[in-house]
Amino acid sequence: MFESLSSRLGDVFERLKRRGALSETDVSEALREVRVALLEADVALPVVKDFIASVKERAVGQDVVRSITPGQMVVKIVHDCLVETLGTAEDINLAAAAPVPVLMVGLQGSGKTTTSAKIALRLKTLDKKKVLLASLDIYRPAAQQQLEILARQADVGSLPILMGEKPVAIARRAMEMGRREGYDVVILDTAGRLHIDEALMAEVAEVRDAVTPTETLLVVDAMTGQDAVNLAREFNEKIGVTGMVLTRVDGDARGGAALSMRAVTGRPIKFLGAGEKLDALEVFHPDRVAGRILGMGDVVSLVEKA
Amino acid sequence: SRSSSRLSQGITDLFTKRKLDEAALEELEEMLIAADLGVTTAARVAALLAKSRFDQEISPEEIKSALAEEIATVLEPVALPLRPDPANKPHVVLVVGVNGSGKTTTIGKLAKSFRDQGLSVTLAAGDTFRAAAVEQLKVWGERTGSPVISRDQGADAAGLAFDALKEAQARRDDVLLIDTAGRLQNKTDLMAELEKIIRVLKRQDPMVPHDVLLVLDATVGQNAHSQVEIFRNITKVSGLVVTKLDGTAKGGVLVALAEKFKLPVHAIGVGEGIDDLRPFEAKAFARSLMGLD
Ligand SMILES: Nc1nc2c(ncn2[C@@H]2O[C@H](COP(=O)(O)OP(=O)(O)OP(=O)(O)O)[C@@H](O)[C@H]2O)c(=O)[nH]1
Ligand SMILES: Nc1nc2c(ncn2[C@@H]2O[C@H](COP(=O)(O)OP(=O)(O)OP(=O)(O)O)[C@@H](O)[C@H]2O)c(=O)[nH]1
Ligand SMILES: [Mg+2]
Ligand SMILES: [Mg+2]
Repeated sequence: MFESLSSRLGDVFERLKRRGALSETDVSEALREVRVALLEADVALPVVKDFIASVKERAVGQDVVRSITPGQMVVKIVHDCLVETLGTAEDINLAAAAPVPVLMVGLQGSGKTTTSAKIALRLKTLDKKKVLLASLDIYRPAAQQQLEILARQADVGSLPILMGEKPVAIARRAMEMGRREGYDVVILDTAGRLHIDEALMAEVAEVRDAVTPTETLLVVDAMTGQDAVNLAREFNEKIGVTGMVLTRVDGDARGGAALSMRAVTGRPIKFLGAGEKLDALEVFHPDRVAGRILGMGDVVSLVEKA
Repeated sequence: SRSSSRLSQGITDLFTKRKLDEAALEELEEMLIAADLGVTTAARVAALLAKSRFDQEISPEEIKSALAEEIATVLEPVALPLRPDPANKPHVVLVVGVNGSGKTTTIGKLAKSFRDQGLSVTLAAGDTFRAAAVEQLKVWGERTGSPVISRDQGADAAGLAFDALKEAQARRDDVLLIDTAGRLQNKTDLMAELEKIIRVLKRQDPMVPHDVLLVLDATVGQNAHSQVEIFRNITKVSGLVVTKLDGTAKGGVLVALAEKFKLPVHAIGVGEGIDDLRPFEAKAFARSLMGLD
């Protein structure tokens, strides 16, 4: 439904037939289309602006490789900048004394509970870790049951549910059980919350202070629009995010939120959620996400061959 | 809230003692983009304003009100509440949408509002896939005094919906709200499952479902276009509910959706609580988008 960047740039490519170094006019014209493509992919406006400025700086005056057109050259530079901004793939950090606490946070419905179970399954199968899952979500109906069922599906440990217990107490009890029963990792799933909800943000900060998590993962839906910058900034400022997970990349959203969040927090994207099943967790590939944001895997591979 | 006040502040800065010239218009357009209106709609709305006010001295307040009015005009025709037809016993509402958009919670809130109107409501736990989805809906059933018809996780959703319809018909209930599992619109197998639910319901009564509600999360950006387009093609969506408008996302994509699809927006979700459902009001929504009120 979106015009891909390659077709958008078609006209610009046509006009940029000249060889030699890229002129400021060539670049500006091409970047106008890139700007629209990024905005349509839901990259947040302030991030788009900074990004375009840095691409422009890099592109103007560059020599165009003989085998490609100036337009393709601009696209290659855009793609490279995008990959750089998205950052490299980083694995989950478990470099701490066991049990290692991992805190999962994010807006309502972003995929925290599912992702908690996915990470548990991955750590269990790939790294042979003994993982305990604990739900601190005392608000959403049946949230604790949901995690308990998923823990059973993943065949990992699950903290017994005590009705009426507060999140901080649940977190402490989870760590205690983790120590007592020799768990390597304790994953704390929290209730969905708005970054502007003072009370709930204070609550999760209290949980953080109680357990000092090694990883605090912000879980964000790949379909998120312009608000991605606000929520990522606020979660990072108020709780201190160490990494991010982008869920629902199995959908057809262009996923510009990835770039927005990465740009405002500087924190790495650690995993991609690619389905509802517990094995649908992927490590982050910046080049694939870049191609998707631009809606143009074709041109990128073409340019890479050049 | 934050984004709207930022938008509002931006406009205030921009138009204090300033002419509405090209540069000002461009910045204005960008502010609309930052509210998720999308590039095309933002340009169109800004252009409308330019037509009448270009090169005039214009105050920030004027510009905000004028823009809010333009947007409200687009939204006004789609601001229509969901009204169960008393002739239908039951009036069947199928609730669909992508994962985590707020379907189950919205059903709980709708059930509450119908119960408050004195209607009898039955809930059907059509999400037979997600862990504890049935338990979640049962809690809403208890909260609203509505019976919940369910099967075990993994059961056939269409079969469950069929049973629920027969049961609600036998009881001559006023409303039957059918929950469904979240599904991304590009998953053809899951969309086919939705088609099957409708097909099976129609076997019992060709008029059912009377309404198909698509629940959209206000935090979602331009992908909402694809959601509406595909869900509408497959299920004949009759109306929308936009959730999570209590956050900083203001759901600006709705302006473009209203222009393009003209689907009624029945209600908005403004929280996780049972009473956090509001009628959709075009003027209020538009003014909130512009950071007014
Ligand atoms: N298609 C798809 N669905 C996902 C993915 N991750 C999660 N989901 C689905 O999204 C919905 C919400 O997921 P949850 O894990 O319950 O989200 P949450 O953030 O814990 O939600 P709250 O606790 O209510 O805030 C469920 O239907 C999940 O099955 C993903 O990567 N792809
Ligand atoms: N802040 C806020 N949260 C909401 C609103 N509506 C729903 N939620 C929350 O969003 C999360 C997901 O809601 P659900 O009703 O479970 O969503 P769903 O579409 O049924 O999810 P799946 O069945 O997993 O696809 C829950 O944590 C809800 O409490 C709203 O209007 N505002
Ligand atoms: Mg959860
Ligand atoms: Mg649900």
